[in-house]
Amino acid sequence: MNVPAAWYLVLAAVLFAIGVFGLLTRRSALTIFMCIELMLNAINLTYVTFAHSLSDIGGQATVFFVMVVAAAEVTVGLGIVVTVFRRRNSTSVDELHELQG
Amino acid sequence: MIAAAYSLTYISVFVVSALLVLIGALGVISFKNPVHSALSLIMTLFGVALAFLSQSADFLAVMEIIVYAGAIVVLILFVIMFLGVDRKEEVTVEPFVGQRAFAAVGVVVTFAGIIYLMASSHWITGAKSVSTAGQALAGSSQNITQLGTALFTTYLFAFEITAALLMIAVIGAVILARRERFNEEPQGGAQ
Repeated sequence: MNVPAAWYLVLAAVLFAIGVFGLLTRRSALTIFMCIELMLNAINLTYVTFAHSLSDIGGQATVFFVMVVAAAEVTVGLGIVVTVFRRRNSTSVDELHELQG
Repeated sequence: MIAAAYSLTYISVFVVSALLVLIGALGVISFKNPVHSALSLIMTLFGVALAFLSQSADFLAVMEIIVYAGAIVVLILFVIMFLGVDRKEEVTVEPFVGQRAFAAVGVVVTFAGIIYLMASSHWITGAKSVSTAGQALAGSSQNITQLGTALFTTYLFAFEITAALLMIAVIGAVILARRERFNEEPQGGAQ
């Protein structure tokens, strides 16, 4: 018999928490992207756990779409990082304060 | 006692995947060199793929390796090396005082809230799906059949829309990353 779904849900919650902490404390835009990937993976794990527990393939289909959106997000996001790097010669988010009043 | 209730195989798979996920995730947020963080992220992705496998999501486990570890992380690594930012980031600096403490408090509150909400609602609620007639999701090759059927029937519109989304993302990335060669006049000269 498989382990209880709660184990995987707690694991996903811990992974999400680690991702949030990295997102809030790291400076480099590239590392922040990786932390967003961590959080997306935590959500994917939750979806798959629910899909398995409730015997509903819809959860897995949603994970498929999350992966597609994550790929699109990384593509555009890294394009923005490259553009910002050309202009500022840095990927640190602390130096992006041009919109500040 | 636990081993009597649950198969030792599944427990070992869970422990291994949890270790891979947690060590990898801690590595992502603590390595100073972004290249090391990206390699650590791959370790996490393998752990998540293992967790997918043990929960009869075989296709998604393979996609996790191919799309995430094979494409997204490689793209991130490519940009890191392209920009030459693979030097150490100062992780101890705090732009404003107490940022780490505030972040830690926020994370703990969020985590405790998630756990409390799930535990107080018995972790999983809701009826079993009627589309699978209460049967467990099939593993191995049956999983691809089930997922493919769902994607091309119930979720067909969303599936087609993702094609448009990917096209928009590719065009956007090309436009963003392109060097502007035609704009040669000096700064301020353009009207």
